[in-house]
Amino acid sequence: MTAHTKGTGLKWVGRAMRRVEDPALVQGQGHFTADLPAVHWVRFVRSPNAAGKIKSIAKPAGALVITAADLKGVKPITPMLHKFSYRPVAQPILAETKVRYVGEAVAAVVAASEEYAEDIADLVEIDIDETAPLIDARDALKDGAPQIHAVAPGNVILEGKHKTPGFDAVWAAAAKVIKIDARSHRQNATPMEARAGHAAYDAATGRVTLTCTTQMPHLMRTAIADVLGMPESDLRVIAPDVGGGFGQKMSLCAEYVVLVWLARKLKSSVAWTEDRRENLIASFHSRDQYITLEGAFDKDAKLLALRADVVSNVGAYSCFPTTSGVEPLMAMAEMPGPYDVQQYQCLARGVLTNTCTMAAYRGVSRPIITFTLERLMDKAASAFALDPIDIRRRNLIEKFPYTSAMGLVYDEATYKETLEMAVKAIDVPAFRKRQEEARKQGRYLGIGFATFSERTGYGSPAFAARGMEITPGWETVILTVDPSGFVEARIGSSPHGQGLRTTLAQIIADEIGVTPDVIKVVHGDTDTSPYGWGTFASRSLVISGGATLIAAQKVRAKLIKIASTMLEAAPHDIVLENGAAKVAGTDRSVTIAKMAREAYTQTHRFKGEIEPGMTETGTYDPPGTFSNACHVAIVEVDIETGHARIEKFLVAEDAGRIINPMIADGQVIGGIAQGIGNALLEEIIYDDGGGILTANLADYMPPTAREMPPIELHHLETPSTQSITKAKGLGEGGCIGAPAAIVNAINDALSPFGVQIDEMPATPQRIRTALRDAEKAAKKTA
Amino acid sequence: MKPAPFIRHVPKTLDEALKILSEVAGQDGRVLAGGQSLVPIMAFRLAKPAHLVDINEVEGLDRITSDGKTLSIGACVRHAAFHKPVVDNPLGALLTFVARHIAHYPIRTRGTFCGSLAHADPSAEWCLVAATLDATMVAQSTRGERSIAAADYFQGIMSTALAEDELLTQVRLPLLAPDAKFGFNEFSRRAGDFAMSAALVTYTVQGGKIAGAHIGVGGAEPSPRRMADAEAALNGQAPGDKAFRAAAEAAASAIDPLEDHQTTGEYRRDLVRAVVRRALENSVS
Repeated sequence: MTAHTKGTGLKWVGRAMRRVEDPALVQGQGHFTADLPAVHWVRFVRSPNAAGKIKSIAKPAGALVITAADLKGVKPITPMLHKFSYRPVAQPILAETKVRYVGEAVAAVVAASEEYAEDIADLVEIDIDETAPLIDARDALKDGAPQIHAVAPGNVILEGKHKTPGFDAVWAAAAKVIKIDARSHRQNATPMEARAGHAAYDAATGRVTLTCTTQMPHLMRTAIADVLGMPESDLRVIAPDVGGGFGQKMSLCAEYVVLVWLARKLKSSVAWTEDRRENLIASFHSRDQYITLEGAFDKDAKLLALRADVVSNVGAYSCFPTTSGVEPLMAMAEMPGPYDVQQYQCLARGVLTNTCTMAAYRGVSRPIITFTLERLMDKAASAFALDPIDIRRRNLIEKFPYTSAMGLVYDEATYKETLEMAVKAIDVPAFRKRQEEARKQGRYLGIGFATFSERTGYGSPAFAARGMEITPGWETVILTVDPSGFVEARIGSSPHGQGLRTTLAQIIADEIGVTPDVIKVVHGDTDTSPYGWGTFASRSLVISGGATLIAAQKVRAKLIKIASTMLEAAPHDIVLENGAAKVAGTDRSVTIAKMAREAYTQTHRFKGEIEPGMTETGTYDPPGTFSNACHVAIVEVDIETGHARIEKFLVAEDAGRIINPMIADGQVIGGIAQGIGNALLEEIIYDDGGGILTANLADYMPPTAREMPPIELHHLETPSTQSITKAKGLGEGGCIGAPAAIVNAINDALSPFGVQIDEMPATPQRIRTALRDAEKAAKKTA
Repeated sequence: MKPAPFIRHVPKTLDEALKILSEVAGQDGRVLAGGQSLVPIMAFRLAKPAHLVDINEVEGLDRITSDGKTLSIGACVRHAAFHKPVVDNPLGALLTFVARHIAHYPIRTRGTFCGSLAHADPSAEWCLVAATLDATMVAQSTRGERSIAAADYFQGIMSTALAEDELLTQVRLPLLAPDAKFGFNEFSRRAGDFAMSAALVTYTVQGGKIAGAHIGVGGAEPSPRRMADAEAALNGQAPGDKAFRAAAEAAASAIDPLEDHQTTGEYRRDLVRAVVRRALENSVS
């Protein structure tokens, strides 16, 4: 039990309960999409060229090969945004007349096994009249650059602009302006399970069941039915066990549309399991941005105004449902971060290129804007001859609620408290001493800080503010106590590693007075779970958790009503605990199982005062709430090789009430692992022709267990007033703060050399180049 | 990521293996030992051999023997065999030290010493060992047996003097002097990755001076090799920082560096300078 739940009467919330999900997963008893047998297997033939017109597609004789010509009447994927001069770019399900990136699906080969399908795919010849591709967003913005989509002149798919009134006057009066040109290279979310789909036709009902590795089964069903022009009731979507998503699995994949189309055409079962190479070149990419950020400070290093120019490479198409606004608009909305700055100007553009389509990836832009802003604060600290901690103390927001320069309302946060917590725990003076001693021995240690806010659990108004045609937000939970007294919660969220089956059971257990072992949380099947938006954006514990609590409160009210009838006591004297209702101060009690049975079988006893059965529904659509944290990294940079080793990582974090501390820590640690990849290792690299040079996990480098440093976690649990469970989300914070803290630490380590790294990943090659350039410059001066 | 169709042959004797290899060599037949390099390449369909000659069941290929002068390593000896010293000579300790840098544990239990040499990845640790220590490669075919010196064996990236129908049945490494010193260092971005540069050194100290230095560099050029200039910079010098730096500098200058999309020649020289000096420091620590 965490300290925070003491005295609240909560018995299960706050416990580091073991995850009910794990026994099956660790014993190989999970059910994954690729485990399903199928009659037909699909291999997609993908474009070898980044740009060009399709002249012809030669199919081997006798083979079943589907191309765009076969998919007549199937609509393209055309996500929509009603703001920001958005251009509705359409993505054909299979490339139609043009190819727009290496890896775009051009044809689908159908065969009796994956191996045969791949053999046949090798024989399909695509003749493409190749044209020069645009790979870098800055090249795509140049005058006269080829136009990738006719509807998007200048290759700009959307443009967000913001400027606060009075900006110019404040800017002009500033004492110092500090500028950062940040570059974040492209990444792939790299879930352990790549994409996979299995579509099976049922002759008796004419329905198709699509089992796929998705984060949002209900929306996949709606979207695929729309694109294929079929009744949604003829499609069932199942998300079985899903091996990680991180945002990559919350967008509609054209491949799944092909599978459903094929299952209906062949009246059979059809499956596709993506391989790692396909996942790296043709699933979704993220984080390819240039940000120029300038901060105007007064003479006391107080930040007065920010000016940002965000160029986000969104790839060849727009992802559904979030659209390619997901990165640039997130960058624009949240750039000011945790700092008190009321003047802000921003231009954020999404730029189309001949590269794989961008989609959400854990943190969405915030790892990059936090990196940029935190680099700016460190650079400003150095310009004002201040300690990086001091400049943050001077600028972090202290009074809440706070309305940001973008109009976001920060409910409550503990920026300073978590900073001080981290500073104390890491023992900065001792580190500085050690750093000085190490430098004398030619060893370069550095410390880096990142303070940030993490918007979580936001409902439909937040998505509506972006002008999205699809505005996810709310969640519904249907809670039933069955006649045997066991409890089942059917949820619209779709957890895939987050442990929601455990945490929601903890919430229910406390509310209705049962033990978690009688509770089952059911999700991931559109036939059995209520419509919902799935699991993404650090939302499920807050929103689905809130809906769960609302449903549980209704069940509780009903149980109390039944108990008061059965025990002939006043409702306010009834206590629900340990699976029974008791009359306080007496030995009279009745089990919840008996009450549930009577709610179904003895309804006449309650004289029409209760609805029969024991099923209640809760829906929750909250305004959203902001978690916050301070991350600290200590690194050692090997100046001869440029290698940065993380010696220690520390987090002081506030995500409101922690429902399950073990799961919360797991989320933060997993996020940090991806943040380490972002900071040091992971980079999708295109050659000039648009081919990908990092198409396997030797060249594209997620960190392994051996790259993980010791991590120390501290929680400050300020209960949220904007979330009925008092919990905030924390799924993304780990990866938001880590890159900034790590690269700031590298810069601190390299400070004796006058080197500045504002690019990630900060690879050894880049660090050595910067050091070599500094050496050369020093020689020139000497 | 499924291999193209192939036929797998499983000979039980060396003669049988060589006979099948001679028959299928012309049809892109390949030898399968540990499969840790070949199988992934096949999965990517970068190689589509029509025949695999699986030598895992061939009698007698998994032996390590020593005659007091050389250590002979058979074609099916796994990397993991070297986790503990295989011979009471500094060479045994050297091989144990190096083995722990090869990829990850599961790979070391399957991959083979000779397979690594036949594959000839420029950054392979065992290739560096063979080049630095002047190993002799024993190749057999139905045409007979021949020995190939390391200096003649490596012919570029994944290219060797082995003919298509030849099986690398044995690698012979000379034992080191009982008082020989060795040092090894490699650089990779993640633990277990291919080395971006690696160095192995051996020498003895006679009358306070270094003698008989071997300095090999791998991962920096198309093939690993001994660095004559660096050895010259070391021989006759007292072991210590000055000599080590001079040797490292000589090696960094001597290489014709491999470049790729991330790694410039300049950076490769930086790495060679670092790994050679560190291997030398490692030799005295």
